[in-house]
Amino acid sequence: MYRIACKKVLNPTVTQMEIEAPLVAAKAKPGQFIILRVDADGERIPLTVAGCDPEKGTVKIIFQVVGATTECLNHKNEGEYIQDFVGPLGVATHTEGINKVCIVGGGVGCAIAMPVAQEFHRLGANVTSIIGFRNKDLVILEEEFRACSDKMVLMTDDGSYGRHGNVTVPLKELLEGGERYDAIITIGPLIMMKFVVKTAEPFGIPVTVSMNPIMIDGTGMCGGCRLTLNRNGEKITKFACVDGPDFNGYEVDFDEAMSRGRMYADFERHAYDEACNLFKKA
Amino acid sequence: MAVDPKKHEMPTQAPEVRAHNFSEVALGYTAEIAVEEAKRCLNCKNKPCVQGCPVNINIPDFISHIKNGDFEGAYTEITKSSSLPAVCGRVCPQETQCESKCTLGIRFEPVGIGRLERFVADYHNEHVKEQPIPPKSNGHRVAVVGSGPSGLTCAGDLAKKGYKVTVYEALHTAGGVLVYGIPEFRLPKAIVAKEVEALMALGVDIEPNVVIGKTLTIDELFEMGYEAVFIGSGAGLPNFMGIPGESLKGVYSANEFLTRSNLMKAYLDDPHTPIMKGGKVAVVGGGNVAMDAARTALRLGAEKVYIVYRRSMEEIPARKEEVEHAIEEGIDFQILRNPVEILGYNNPDDPRDPKNGFVTGMRCIKMELGEPDAKGRRRPIPIEGSEFVLDVDTVIMSIGTSPNPLIKNTTKGLDVNSHGGIIVSEDGLTSREAVYAGGDAVTGAATVISAMGAGKTAASAIDKYLMNK
Repeated sequence: MYRIACKKVLNPTVTQMEIEAPLVAAKAKPGQFIILRVDADGERIPLTVAGCDPEKGTVKIIFQVVGATTECLNHKNEGEYIQDFVGPLGVATHTEGINKVCIVGGGVGCAIAMPVAQEFHRLGANVTSIIGFRNKDLVILEEEFRACSDKMVLMTDDGSYGRHGNVTVPLKELLEGGERYDAIITIGPLIMMKFVVKTAEPFGIPVTVSMNPIMIDGTGMCGGCRLTLNRNGEKITKFACVDGPDFNGYEVDFDEAMSRGRMYADFERHAYDEACNLFKKA
Repeated sequence: MAVDPKKHEMPTQAPEVRAHNFSEVALGYTAEIAVEEAKRCLNCKNKPCVQGCPVNINIPDFISHIKNGDFEGAYTEITKSSSLPAVCGRVCPQETQCESKCTLGIRFEPVGIGRLERFVADYHNEHVKEQPIPPKSNGHRVAVVGSGPSGLTCAGDLAKKGYKVTVYEALHTAGGVLVYGIPEFRLPKAIVAKEVEALMALGVDIEPNVVIGKTLTIDELFEMGYEAVFIGSGAGLPNFMGIPGESLKGVYSANEFLTRSNLMKAYLDDPHTPIMKGGKVAVVGGGNVAMDAARTALRLGAEKVYIVYRRSMEEIPARKEEVEHAIEEGIDFQILRNPVEILGYNNPDDPRDPKNGFVTGMRCIKMELGEPDAKGRRRPIPIEGSEFVLDVDTVIMSIGTSPNPLIKNTTKGLDVNSHGGIIVSEDGLTSREAVYAGGDAVTGAATVISAMGAGKTAASAIDKYLMNK
């Protein structure tokens, strides 16, 4: 069992928790993920590490309530326990040789983008952060991004805060204005990452995308997290849990990944409704 | 005295009943049947059956105890060699191991050794409540990676010798393939849990949620004070065929399908983990895992389940009993057939149609058998122009696995072969001092009992190594 050392509500649907897991905290690097189960019999879900404190032995996770499991997790309070917590899994984000980087985060993906931005900042790289949200109420981690970025642009889809529009608008402006990055790293909804790749393509800048497909074991056993890369005209199957979660954005088949992500949409909606009803009754 | 030429039948649930439930198929011998079956053993002098057992259980001795009605004595005899008798009695391919060597088998059906082993283990679990007393500690610590059959066997053997053993398990439950892979109807999870409890009573510690190669490395285990390490991390990533359509929704690897159903209990009525239930299902492959996947799909409510296998029934690698059970339950064997493409739904007028991207069928080609290959199995050759479409909604690929890269990538000096399997000497020693390995991590996908044999061999080598150090 793993104790919730700290819980903080970041916005109406996004929560931050620090979980006591000393072995994971000692190892986790930006870009890696963990798998947790809230209760015995619960499902296993992957969440990317949003930071860790090796001395306190805690790992920070930030999650959006999107389904039954995250709903149950959100009902746990500080001092309570979750059943299972395993990691760090996946390969850490590559930082070598990158002196100037643009981090593009969308929605709750910003929670994963933040430790990556902080790591580049710590390593002395020049960091531009572009973070986007649907509206003002959903903005998270603004101060944290400002603190680790040389330049920061905040976007909202409806213009209720920051600049109006999506993240590709300022990215395109910066690239057209002559900014050249060693790498663009993007983390957020698949559709957003797909268009970040499209925006960067004419400028020939490498784009790393962080994939978060459906997973079960997360250790390279079940193959559920597979995705297709198009490399030199050849289709290759890769597994996000052991080969990723970071991939070359130019190679990823986003349309397939989006389709696979919706495989259990009906089940998930039903399970979420059930979970919500359960908590309403309680 | 005349010997009954046939084995005593195993009482089973009727096929039409069991095809709709997850309860165990085989119900086990009663004490009376067990004693009668034990009497068939000739107690021959050279005991060929013992050589046929990968862990060398003293088979005639345990059978003699059964003849005398001393079932607990039989259990004690078995556990001298095997740490998981209730498991082996259920899942070992006895017909190619101990029973294939049985002297009685030359003229008649061999003694039902596996059924007797299962009876003895179940009798013990039902009647004996006290747990074994841990032996006196010898002060040495050993780490075991993976709690599947090889790891549990290695841990059990070392614990019996007084070693302090910690087993690290990546998943949340101990048992490895016994809990995520083999279905409830063939190996009830309560039985695995009982065998694990018995090991814990011997003083074995089980640490779930630790991925060796990620959470901790092999080198860190030595830094933590372990003097030897056994790697039993199991098979790895599932293989796919590389045909179009394998990423469509409704295509699973057998590992994923079985893990969802077994480990994550998606077979229960109101599961937390989803799985596709019902419809028409094709399982590609002919091994035990393919049989497990097909029979699981049937129990989850499929209206039709096909096994699609590219060779003939002669070559099918699954245990005979599993194939027979599958046929009895109504699984349709499409033999000498090979998939060439999985077809999916695509509504050209509506990209948001929720049915888009789901499997609608599988195009297959008929095969014929040609010359034997290097392994002596006749090579399947496609018959040109024989393609046809199998109408299915779910496809389960059960065509083997490739070793998991996590330990190899984080352990300097650990040699692996071209397939990624860890290279070991006869006694399980890897290219690293004090690091041993066995089971599927070494051999690629094989049987529970061969993994147990490897765990046993390594335990004895580890003991020798640490005693002489």
